[in-house]
Amino acid sequence: MRRRAMLVGAVSLAAVMIAGCGDRPQGAGDGKAGEKLRIGIVAKNLGSGFFDAVHKGADEAAATLGAEIIFTGPTTPTAEGQIETLNALIAQRVDAIAISANDPDAVVPTLQRAMQRGIKVISYDSAVAKAGRAVHLAPSSDELIGQTVAQLAAELAPEGKGKIAVVSATPTSTNQNSWLAQMKQALPQYPGLEFAGVVYGDDVADKSYRETVALVKQHPDLAVIVSLSSVGIVAAAKAIEDQGLTGKVKVTGLGLPSELVGYVRKGVVPKFAIWNPIDLGYAATQVAAQLARDANPEDGTEISLGRVGAVTFDADGVGAMAKPFIYDQSNVEQFAAIF
Amino acid sequence: MIQNSAARRDLALGVIVVLLLASVTAAFPQFAQPGNLAEILDDSAILILLALGQMLVILTRGIDLSIAANLALSGMLVALLNKNYPGLGVAPVLLIALVSGTLLGAINGLLVWRLKLPPIVVTLGTMSVYRGVIYLLSGGTWVNDNHMSPQFLGFIRYELLGLTLLSWLAIFAVAAFAVVMRYTVLGRNLYTAGGNPAAATYTGIDPGRMQCIAYTICGAIAGLCGYLWVARFAVAYTDIALGFELQVIAACLIGGVAIAGGIGTVAGVVLGCLFIGVIRNALPLIGISPFWQMGINGLVIVVAAVLSARRREDKRAILEAQAA
Repeated sequence: MRRRAMLVGAVSLAAVMIAGCGDRPQGAGDGKAGEKLRIGIVAKNLGSGFFDAVHKGADEAAATLGAEIIFTGPTTPTAEGQIETLNALIAQRVDAIAISANDPDAVVPTLQRAMQRGIKVISYDSAVAKAGRAVHLAPSSDELIGQTVAQLAAELAPEGKGKIAVVSATPTSTNQNSWLAQMKQALPQYPGLEFAGVVYGDDVADKSYRETVALVKQHPDLAVIVSLSSVGIVAAAKAIEDQGLTGKVKVTGLGLPSELVGYVRKGVVPKFAIWNPIDLGYAATQVAAQLARDANPEDGTEISLGRVGAVTFDADGVGAMAKPFIYDQSNVEQFAAIF
Repeated sequence: MIQNSAARRDLALGVIVVLLLASVTAAFPQFAQPGNLAEILDDSAILILLALGQMLVILTRGIDLSIAANLALSGMLVALLNKNYPGLGVAPVLLIALVSGTLLGAINGLLVWRLKLPPIVVTLGTMSVYRGVIYLLSGGTWVNDNHMSPQFLGFIRYELLGLTLLSWLAIFAVAAFAVVMRYTVLGRNLYTAGGNPAAATYTGIDPGRMQCIAYTICGAIAGLCGYLWVARFAVAYTDIALGFELQVIAACLIGGVAIAGGIGTVAGVVLGCLFIGVIRNALPLIGISPFWQMGINGLVIVVAAVLSARRREDKRAILEAQAA
């Protein structure tokens, strides 16, 4: 894996150097074509395990790309703090900036100023409005999330057969509903699974707990409960544990490693998915570096993300990195320390 | 007279709860099994405790909107305590939850009593303040089950004669409240202060002081429930029990506590809680749409409000009853 990443990095580096000889470097790149690229990675705030992991991934990518990472961010997650941070990066004349925005609109004027000075701007994780960036790298997409949770359910159901049910947030939650719709679309790939229905925990612990208890009473033969809400999955796991159904009814879905590590250890949630912040930092750095080296993502060409795969950006400049990463016994402890 | 009408009302609500149970059982036979009923009691225990506290406040013409925020703050406090000192055991946890809740409740009480501020304004403010403090305490992070010690989680789940300790706690509180409200000076003074503050003042009862006492007791209960809630759902974060104060107030209203003060019985409040408990456990089982669930809950509250409004019309009856 690592060797392939190195190879990809080396090839792209070589390609860029060849290209660099022919084209006149632009903007901030002036007069330092041979120098290292400098990429500013802006976190929502410093001291967060999630963004420390992003930093780790960015450093990993930078090592393969021959770039230098300036990892920075405000001490508290505010737009004002990010604007100061961005001004500092502009003053340092970095080649590219990748930002996870605390406010999609507030940082736009500052980022536009950066772009006027030839700095390539992308957003990752939390998007910036279209006017303030070239592209946005989303950690995943509704479709990929839906496919992943359907796959998780099929893997957890005994021999891929059984009833599955969903503990959602509120009935009107937009992202929950679109993930759910994508999951249902992916279900026909797993003919052994029978979809028993959706209950709504309203993103509050007590209702999610109660609805989960009702689910297992209504469907005594339930095999898997999927929850795509961070409150829902924790409450559903506790309910299943309290009902003494650990191992019989498996809980899975989207959640954070630090919140689910206990349930993974106990086997209530054998595995679950969420994006991998290390991969996200790695991929954001790849995109930022390639943009700084004159790649043009707007025409819909694929951009390589090294070991993570590749991304294509749509008309709005939004692209999805990869399927959510799967966490289980083998890796959850390591990531629980991160986020 | 009022005792009779209150008793009649409690009886009617009791019959409704039993009918509700019967009709759900008809559709879903497992519902009335002892194990399931014990689970409903367990699920309603925190609501019962909180509603008893809220009843005191409403009796004295107040309202406590900060009850769920108090619960969440005290819950986060003990969750963090347990996370950092897992070896302490349950006794200090209970103590700190009670002390924290009492202090937070007393803040409400003193503001209402000493500064004569409207209760709804005071508690609307402290509701947000308490939530804010949780964020400051926790930095927005969650405390999860793997941070909680087995004693912390196990205490409320310990089973005695088929019921959990959590259920027994609620039963004990109901018994204590029934005695205090009916047979002690404190209980009678609370009714009097809310039923007719002017008359209460003439008899030497300070209605403001009674309000303060009501808020403080309500706060202590909310603090205790903070631990119970966190241990039951094995998670603590800023938004736990968000909006739960409305369910607590709804349980009081359904149970016949008059929002204008002075009227309300322990039996009524318990039945109001069980009513909500049965409904919210039954509806998902029958598979009724979540929108209907909200609608049914709302309808019940409106009907209860209409009923208690009609009862307020024979207002003189309160005075007679109090005089008796």
